[in-house]
Amino acid sequence: MSHVVIIGNGISGVTAARWIRKLSDHRITIISSESDHFFSRTALMYIYMGHMRYEDTKPYEDWFWKKNRIDLVKDHVSSIDFDKKQLSCQSGNEMHYDKLILALGSKSNKFGWPGQDLKGVGGLYSLQDLEQMEAYSPNLKRAVIVGGGLIGIEMAEMFHSRHIPVTMLVREASYWNNILPPEESEMISQHIKDNDIDLRLGVNLGEIKDDGNGTAKSVIVKETGEEIECGYVGLTAGVSPNVGWLKETGLDIGRGIKVNVHLETSIKDVYAIGDCAEQSQTQPGRRPVEAIWYTGRMMGETVAYNICGKPVSYDPGLWFNSAKFIDIEYQVYGEVPSKLPDDMKTLFWKHADGDKSIRINYDSNTSVVRGFNLLGIRYRHEVCEKWILDKTPIESVLTNLGMANFDPEFFKEYEQELVNIYNQQENKNIQLKTKRGLSKVLSFFK
Amino acid sequence: MKTIQYIGIGLFILSLLIFTAILGVGHNELKSDNLGITNDYHRAAIITAANESGVLDKAQNPLASVASIKSILNKAAERLDEQNAMGRPDGVAEWDFRMGSWKIEEYTNTIVSNTASGPVQDNPWLFFFLTFGLAIIGGLLFILPKFSEHAGIKHNGIYHNSLTRGLKFNVKMAFLIPAIIGTIVYGFLKLQNLFWPLVTLGLALLISYLVFYRQNSKDNTPQRHSCPVNTGWLGVIAGVYLIGFYILLYWAPAYINNWVAMVSPVSEMISGNKASRWFLYGLMYTVIVIVMGIRMLTKYRHNKYQRVRTYSVMFFQTAFAFLIPEILVKLNQPWFDFKNIWPLDYDFFFSYNIKELSTSGGLGIFMLVWGIILTIVGVPLITYFFGKRWYCSWVCGCGGLAETMGDPFRQLSDKSLRAWKYERFIIHGVLLAAVIMTTLVLYHYFTGKTNLLGLNSENVKSWYGFLIGAGFSGVVGTGFYPIMGNRVWCRFGCPLAAYLGLVQKFKSRFRITTNGGQCISCGNCSTYCEMGIDVRSYAQKGQDIVRSSCVGCGVCAAVCPRGVLRLENGSEDVGTRTAELRTVHITEDQIQVLS
Ligand SMILES: Cc1cc2nc3c(=O)[nH]c(=O)nc-3n(C[C@H](O)[C@H](O)[C@H](O)COP(=O)(O)OP(=O)(O)OC[C@H]3O[C@@H](n4cnc5c(N)ncnc54)[C@H](O)[C@@H]3O)c2cc1C
Ligand code: SF4
Ligand code: SF4
Repeated sequence: MSHVVIIGNGISGVTAARWIRKLSDHRITIISSESDHFFSRTALMYIYMGHMRYEDTKPYEDWFWKKNRIDLVKDHVSSIDFDKKQLSCQSGNEMHYDKLILALGSKSNKFGWPGQDLKGVGGLYSLQDLEQMEAYSPNLKRAVIVGGGLIGIEMAEMFHSRHIPVTMLVREASYWNNILPPEESEMISQHIKDNDIDLRLGVNLGEIKDDGNGTAKSVIVKETGEEIECGYVGLTAGVSPNVGWLKETGLDIGRGIKVNVHLETSIKDVYAIGDCAEQSQTQPGRRPVEAIWYTGRMMGETVAYNICGKPVSYDPGLWFNSAKFIDIEYQVYGEVPSKLPDDMKTLFWKHADGDKSIRINYDSNTSVVRGFNLLGIRYRHEVCEKWILDKTPIESVLTNLGMANFDPEFFKEYEQELVNIYNQQENKNIQLKTKRGLSKVLSFFK
Repeated sequence: MKTIQYIGIGLFILSLLIFTAILGVGHNELKSDNLGITNDYHRAAIITAANESGVLDKAQNPLASVASIKSILNKAAERLDEQNAMGRPDGVAEWDFRMGSWKIEEYTNTIVSNTASGPVQDNPWLFFFLTFGLAIIGGLLFILPKFSEHAGIKHNGIYHNSLTRGLKFNVKMAFLIPAIIGTIVYGFLKLQNLFWPLVTLGLALLISYLVFYRQNSKDNTPQRHSCPVNTGWLGVIAGVYLIGFYILLYWAPAYINNWVAMVSPVSEMISGNKASRWFLYGLMYTVIVIVMGIRMLTKYRHNKYQRVRTYSVMFFQTAFAFLIPEILVKLNQPWFDFKNIWPLDYDFFFSYNIKELSTSGGLGIFMLVWGIILTIVGVPLITYFFGKRWYCSWVCGCGGLAETMGDPFRQLSDKSLRAWKYERFIIHGVLLAAVIMTTLVLYHYFTGKTNLLGLNSENVKSWYGFLIGAGFSGVVGTGFYPIMGNRVWCRFGCPLAAYLGLVQKFKSRFRITTNGGQCISCGNCSTYCEMGIDVRSYAQKGQDIVRSSCVGCGVCAAVCPRGVLRLENGSEDVGTRTAELRTVHITEDQIQVLS
């Protein structure tokens, strides 16, 4: 029985611990300085908006850990002696490990903007960030958010829910257009504006001004020089692996901690997973650092197998992701690049309301389906994945498209409209045969 | 827009104040000719007693009069008992001459209602407008402006709001424990029978023992789902008001006589009869379901499942539970709610009901057959196809109230494992109790014998009616909305829900499917599950949800920000719905051990 120590109680560290417990009898300790128990980082916004309490974001009840013999330690690891396999914590405690899993997560990016360390300036990553937002919220006249990614829009929605005016400074010409295809990006930009959020596109942060007491009082827009008065500045220009403190320790670090397919780092018995890991080998179309929930979970499961003597390679499978832009849900399966490459064709339908769309990408040579992008409509993960992995031709997908629809009962189905567009575009006469419904899906998987 | 909403709240509060104050308005004056008592011996004895007490021809405040009328009735009953002991007049049956305790209760209400006069009796419509009218207008002024906001889930600030934030664990217990003890003690006083209160107490302790020790919940303190910081005091006040309302309605109706008088003209319009307290209750219930149903429609207008379902409960409450029974009465047919099903409708097999239906001609027989078929064929069959939701969140009146008036409180259900363990014991226990009681009652009906295996059918009946029929489903069921969520009765107490749940669990096409690996464990689904199902614990494993308690309200699916959940019926795999069809991505059998 060896002692597995996990630094970080986020989704990746906790998934690793759960699977190690399922697969072995190892002693397991999780150390984190952020919270006593695992909570869902993705739900931070709902705490602020009053949809949930912190307690509700914990995926397991507090007794779960003891029952599963997972020791929890709240402390900050300040240094690691990899030779002696020894951790030193801020409290002065030391701990020996046999196997170490680094699941350190990310931290918010700061690009050296003047004033970025003032009071009233913060990112949105940790519980502590949330507390700070909360502290500045009473009587807040305006918040400025710098950066237009997924966290930026969440922060905008948070302030908006409390009727605090929000300005968003976004570098791109349209919201998230480095990821979303232009049509979708345009829809979301419009949706943001419809929610009375002051969205400024194509601008950067120049500097954050001090009110004389070390607190932010306004921001200067770099391009126009305009000064926007505000009581809070949110920095949401992406995140990067939280590994600064491990540089110079002999651990091979690039952007994140470098790992091989078994999630082993350059040092024996040390593994890295989740946001802080950087894959040395990636599968086609995948990035070395993928700071999302699902990959953290898969890495946690994979590392557990590797630690418990059943070596497996990390295989994130087909790309998928989802988000919610204020009221518009977003799901993506497979390849949906922001700029259509030459070997890819696209089929796009948009609802007249501007809050629903379906996009299917397929290969221009083989007409095999390659990706799905949904706004305001839900599609089944497994069905889309199977079609893509099975290299299903677009026409066969369209014939059965209803099978992918995952919207609640009674919701209108729009698959026919998409098929019509295809028939028009390609001058074909494809008929939609399968409507939404579970029974057909089940027989599809039999 | 905010201003309009504030005016709405103001009007609503005003109507509530007037509604409450009405109870003390006017006066009761007992006269020798206005008691409304037809039994001559009784009337004479009451008049004598009233005269001796010096209240005859004296005006009293309606609230104070209840106690004085009760004491007069007790005196009259004593007098009659004495006379009876000395010898009744010839040819008069004992039960015609003496005045039993249930008669005293009935007479209290009769006398209070017959001797009351005052502004409410003089201007019932005015007061109806000042209470119901203002409340409806105020409610709509608050609700309708919401149609102009963006459609989408609106849960902003629920946990910042004193009404909907919930109570700390110890404050919650301060409601629950006195409620249990108080009910048992009151039941004892009322029924003068120690046996059943003791059995109940014993069962409550036994269940706690089983949950805590046998099922190892002792250390599983459910920190997660009680309000951690501070208690929502508006919630406490709302709870106290609702509980008080139900106590008066069920056990001290003489105090709410003015409310009944106020709605009497409405009743006369519909059925031609004077209102009873049950008419008052039915009318309030229907109005609340409609007004709060409109609120539900604003909140979920982007979600057609929720819209259709809300129309459905509004319709069934208004037509089936309220209007049709009253119209039947007007047509001299038995009062009958076609959608109420045994064992929720626990007195369906009571002899008076069977007698009434079987002697009311063709329609009565149809009602009897209809009720039986619904129970033994309708429930299993429809539940097989659609799950128990067809009843619980589309048709049922209790469900209708929970889904409309209860919606702001759905997040307060307890999601802990310990609560689930309690739930299973209690709800199946109630189902068992309903079956036992009905067996006894039918045995009595067919054989004429009241005792079976030492259990007296009359005692069991009255204890069940008191404890489950009134205490649990009413006082706790609705009074506890702001304390333990909107489905306390449906989750812990309803025997029909237990029955539907068994079918749903073992033989049904219904389940909630999860969308592959898309769950981010955020917890919205669990938080807003009114049945306290920890939906997330399934969703994050990629496991479909098949739970007997799920009423298929669809709110988990509606609030999920990642589109993970879908309520659906599938015919392919009825027997293996709970199998872990898919997990995160790597499942154990996909793992190939590398050499
Ligand atoms: C607001 C927000 C919304 C998001 N929404 C989504 C979404 O919708 N979908 C999605 O896929 N992804 C989302 N993400 C990203 C996702 O949450 C992260 O990818 C995921 O949480 C990373 O998990 P992790 O286990 O790698 O690290 P983390 O969850 O960051 O856990 C790391 C933990 O380790 C602790 N730690 C680090 N160093 C030390 C040390 N030296 N000593 C002690 N403790 C230490 C940290 O305090 C932290 O608690 C979101 C992120 C944020 C911030
Ligand atoms: S609401 Fe959706 S994403 Fe959140 S925990 Fe539930 S199923 Fe998962
Ligand atoms: S699991 Fe979902 S559908 Fe079922 S009762 Fe809970 S919230 Fe409603």
